[in-house]
Amino acid sequence: MTTTVTAVPTKPWKASTRERVTDVLIFLVALSTSFAAVELTPMKGKLAYFAIFFIAYAFLTAAFKGIQRGNAAAKDALVNSLVAIGAIVTVIPVLSILVTVLNKGLPGISFGLFTHDMALATPTDPLNNGGLLHAITGTLTLVAVALVLSVPIGILTALYLTEIKGRFTGPIRFLVQAMSGVPSIVAGLFILSAVLYPITKAYSGLMGALALTILMIPTIARTSEEVLNLIPNELREAGTALGGTQWRTVAMIVLPAAKSGLITAIILGVARIAGETAPILLLTGGGDKVNPNAFNGPMGSLPYYIWKSFNAGSPEAITRAWAGLLVLVGLVLILFTSARFLGSRKAAK
Amino acid sequence: MSVQELVIPQPREITTEPRFSDKVFRGVVTTGGLSSLLLLGLIALFLGYRGFEVLRQEGIGFITHSDWSISTDDAGNVIESHFGLAAMLVGTILCSLIAVVIALPVSVFCALFLNFYAPGWLKKIMVTIIDMMAAFPSILFGIWGFLVLMPSVEYWAKLLHRYLGFIPVFNMQVPVYTRSPFVAGVVLAIMIIPIITSVSREIFSQAPLDRIQAAYALGATRWAMIKAVVIPHGRSGVIGGAMLGLGRAMGETVAVFTVLNIVFQINWQMLLGAGGNVASLIILKFGDASPYEIKALMAAGLVLFALTLIVNGFANFIVKTTGKSGR
Amino acid sequence: MTTSHENEKETMDTTVKPHSLADVAQAKSVKAPGTRALGTGLETRGVHAWFGKHHALSNISLDFAAGTVTALIGPSGCGKSTFIRTINRMHEFIPTAAMAGEVLLDGKDVYAPGTDVTKIRLQIGMVFQKPNPFPSMTIGENVLSGLKLAQIKVDNKDDLLEESLERAGLWSEVKDRLGAHGGSLSGGQQQRLCIARALAVRPQVLLMDEPCSALDPGSTLRIEETIRHLSDTMTIIIVTHNMQQAARVSDYTAFFLSDGGPGQMIEVAPTSEIFSRPQDQRTENYVTGRFG
Repeated sequence: MTTTVTAVPTKPWKASTRERVTDVLIFLVALSTSFAAVELTPMKGKLAYFAIFFIAYAFLTAAFKGIQRGNAAAKDALVNSLVAIGAIVTVIPVLSILVTVLNKGLPGISFGLFTHDMALATPTDPLNNGGLLHAITGTLTLVAVALVLSVPIGILTALYLTEIKGRFTGPIRFLVQAMSGVPSIVAGLFILSAVLYPITKAYSGLMGALALTILMIPTIARTSEEVLNLIPNELREAGTALGGTQWRTVAMIVLPAAKSGLITAIILGVARIAGETAPILLLTGGGDKVNPNAFNGPMGSLPYYIWKSFNAGSPEAITRAWAGLLVLVGLVLILFTSARFLGSRKAAK
Repeated sequence: MSVQELVIPQPREITTEPRFSDKVFRGVVTTGGLSSLLLLGLIALFLGYRGFEVLRQEGIGFITHSDWSISTDDAGNVIESHFGLAAMLVGTILCSLIAVVIALPVSVFCALFLNFYAPGWLKKIMVTIIDMMAAFPSILFGIWGFLVLMPSVEYWAKLLHRYLGFIPVFNMQVPVYTRSPFVAGVVLAIMIIPIITSVSREIFSQAPLDRIQAAYALGATRWAMIKAVVIPHGRSGVIGGAMLGLGRAMGETVAVFTVLNIVFQINWQMLLGAGGNVASLIILKFGDASPYEIKALMAAGLVLFALTLIVNGFANFIVKTTGKSGR
Repeated sequence: MTTSHENEKETMDTTVKPHSLADVAQAKSVKAPGTRALGTGLETRGVHAWFGKHHALSNISLDFAAGTVTALIGPSGCGKSTFIRTINRMHEFIPTAAMAGEVLLDGKDVYAPGTDVTKIRLQIGMVFQKPNPFPSMTIGENVLSGLKLAQIKVDNKDDLLEESLERAGLWSEVKDRLGAHGGSLSGGQQQRLCIARALAVRPQVLLMDEPCSALDPGSTLRIEETIRHLSDTMTIIIVTHNMQQAARVSDYTAFFLSDGGPGQMIEVAPTSEIFSRPQDQRTENYVTGRFG
C-alpha cells in the first residue's frame, strides 16, 4: 500500500458562490426598494424602511426559490425570513436599552457620584452636587440581608426536593413555581401587612429585604434543585455505603460537589432582586443619606434613587436617573456574567 | 411423588431507624421545604385579613364597579368610600393580552431560529443576550420605555388607527395616544419575550430527533419538517410558556406605571391613552392613602395575587405535562 | 499534504480496481443489471466521510445496478450507516460533517452545486433502524406525509395509499383502521408503515438502515418478504448486522471494515460468492463468525 493521501474533506451542501451572490443581490434589491419607496411614497420613517425592506426581501427570496424549486421551497424561504425577523426583533430592544443607558448614563457618572450621598442635595440640583453612595450602600445592605435570609431557605427547599423526596415533593415543587410568579408588589404588600404595620411600624431596610427574600427564594430553590439533580446518585450511594448518615453524606459529599452550581444559583437570585423596585417603594422609606443600619431608619437604594430622580423630571434629575440605571445595569451584568462564567466552568468539567 | 406446595412467604418489612442526627437533618430540611407553602399561605391570609373590611363593605362590587373614591372628615374618619377594581382588572388583562399577542409570534419564531436555523456561535450569543434580558430590572424597561420607546409606539398607534381603524380594537373616539394600554402592552411584550422564548426553545429542543430525520428523509424542507414534527410536539408547551408570560405581565408594576395613564373607567380601546392596572394602582395610591384606603389596596393585592397564582399554576401544569410526554 | 493533484490520481486509481459491481456482475453474469426502465441505478465514486477531524469512511466506490438488492455488512463502527447517509445527503445534518467524492444517481451527481436536496431525498427514500411514524398523524396521513411535506399533488390519493401499503405488505392489516394513530400499531407494523411512507413518494432507490434490528423474528420475516417484492421495481441498499438476513434478501453483498482507521470496503461480490468463496481473508473471518 503506497497511497497515503486520500481526499480533501469538502462540504458540498454549503451555499455555493453563485447562491451567495444571488442572496446578496436579492438583499440589495430589497434595500433599494425600501429606499425608493420611502422617497417616492408618503411612507416615512425608520419603520417604513424596515417594513418595506423586510417585505421586499421575504417576497423576493420566496419568489426566487419558488420559481427555482417549487411551492414548498417558496414557503420555506418565506419562513426563513420570518424566523430571522423574530430573532432580530428580540435582540433590537436589548441593544437599544444598552446603548441608551450607556449614552445617557455616562455623562452623569463622575467620581463624586460614588463618594457622596444626597443628604444635602435634591435630584434637580446640578450634577456635581451629591451622589449615589447611599443608594449603592443601601442596595448592598438590602441584598446582604436578603441573602442571609433566603439562601438557607432556598437551599433547604432544594435539598428537600432532591434529597428527602418526601410526601410533599410534588406540591412543594408546584408551590415554588407558583411563588416565582408572585408579583413583587404583592410581596411588598404582604410584608407591609404582616410585619411593618403590626410589628415594627416604621420603614427600614429590613422590611425591604424581607420582601426581596420572598422574591429570591424561588429563584435560588429552583436553580439549586437543578444543580443538585445533576449530582450523580452514585456519589450519594457511595457516601451511604461507607456508613455515612444522610446528613453527613449531604454535608460532606453532595453540597461540596454542587458548590459552584449553588453559587451560580445564589448569584442569579441576587441579579433577580438587585433592581426590584415596587416593594422597595412601599417598604424602605428611601433615605437620602448613608444608613448602615438595616434595622432602623429609612434606607436608600439604587432603584429608589432612580425612581425618585426620574419622577423629579428636570434634565439634571433625568441624567441622575440614567446614571443610576447605568450603575444598576452594570451591577446586574457583572452578577449575570459571573454566574454564567461559574456555570460554564462547571459544565466544562 | 407428592406435589409439593410452594409457600410464598410474606414480604418482610424493611425498617430503617434513622440516627438522631439524620432525624434532625430531615426535620430541618422538611421545615425549610415547607416554607414556600407557609409563605404563600401567609400572603393570602394577611392580605385577606387586612382587606377583609373593604371586601365585606364592597362585596362583589369590588371587582365589578370601577369608581375609586374616598372622602374623610377633618378628623380622618371615613365619610364615604367607593372601591371598585373593574377598570383596573380590565386594564391589567388588556395590557397583558396585548403583550402576549405581540410577544408570542416573535418568541416562537425566535426559538425556532435558535434551534433550527442559527449556527452554533450565533445561538450561543443570542441565548446569552436573551437570558441577560430576562435579568434586566423592570425599572429599566419602564424608563427606557417611557423616554425612548414611547414616541415610536405612539407613531405606530397612529398608523394602526389610520389604516386599521375599521377593526373595532383599533378604533377610538378621542385621538389621545399617549400612555395607552397599547404602549404598556408593547413594553410588557419586550419584557416577556425572553420568558416565552426560553420555554419554547426548551420544548422545541426536545422534539424527537428520529422523527425530524424521517421528515427530512422524505424530502421535507426545513419549514415542512418543523410544521410536521416540531410544532405538533411543542404546541401545548408553547401555550404554557405564553401563559407564564401572561402571569408575569399581569404582575408587572413599575414598568407599566411609568408608561400607562391610569383612569378609573373601563376602557377596551387599546390605542386610547386611558388604561388601568391593578399593580400600578397600588403604587399610585399608596403614597397618600388613608389607613382605610390602604386596606382597599391590600384587597386589590389579594385579587392580583389570586389572578397571577391561577394563571401561573395553569401555565406550570401545562409546561410540566407536555415536558413529560415529550420524553 | 493533501493536494488536488493527488486527489485526482487517487480517484483514477479506484476506478481501475475491480470493485465496481457492474464488473463483478458481468464476470459472473448473475442477475445482470441494467434494466433501464428503473433508471441507470446508483453509483458512488471515491466517497469519503468525516466528522470533524475524524475520518469515518474512506474511498468507497460502488455500483448499485437498478433493480438489485445490495446488503452492506460489517462490524459496528465500520461506516456502513454513514455511507448510506452520504447517499441521500442525510450526512450533512451533523454540523461538523464533511465528505469527498461523488454520488451519481442516473449519472448526475447529487452533490452538484445548485442541486435541490429535497428532490434528491424524494428520489432516494430511507427507512430507519427504529420505526418512527409521525405521532400526530393517522396511519393514512403517515403514508401520504411525504406528499404533504414536499407539497406534491397527486390525482388519486386513495389509490396511492392502497398501493403503497400493499407494496409494504401492510394493506390487509390496516385497511379498516386508516384513521387510527400510527402509534397503535405493533413495532413490525410500524416499520412497514414507515416503508409504505417511503414508497408513497415513489423513490428510485430505498435505503434501509438496519430496518429489522428493533423487531421480533416474525416481523423481520415479513419485512424481508417485502424487500424481495420491492426489488422488482426499485434499487435497495440495506445495512444489516445479520448475515443470514443479507444472505436471504440480497443479490450483492459488500463487506465493510475499519481497522482502527476509517471504514473501508474490503470486498463486494454476488451474495452467494461472499458467503461461499470470499476472496479476502478478513471477509472469510467475518462471515464465518470469527469476529464481529
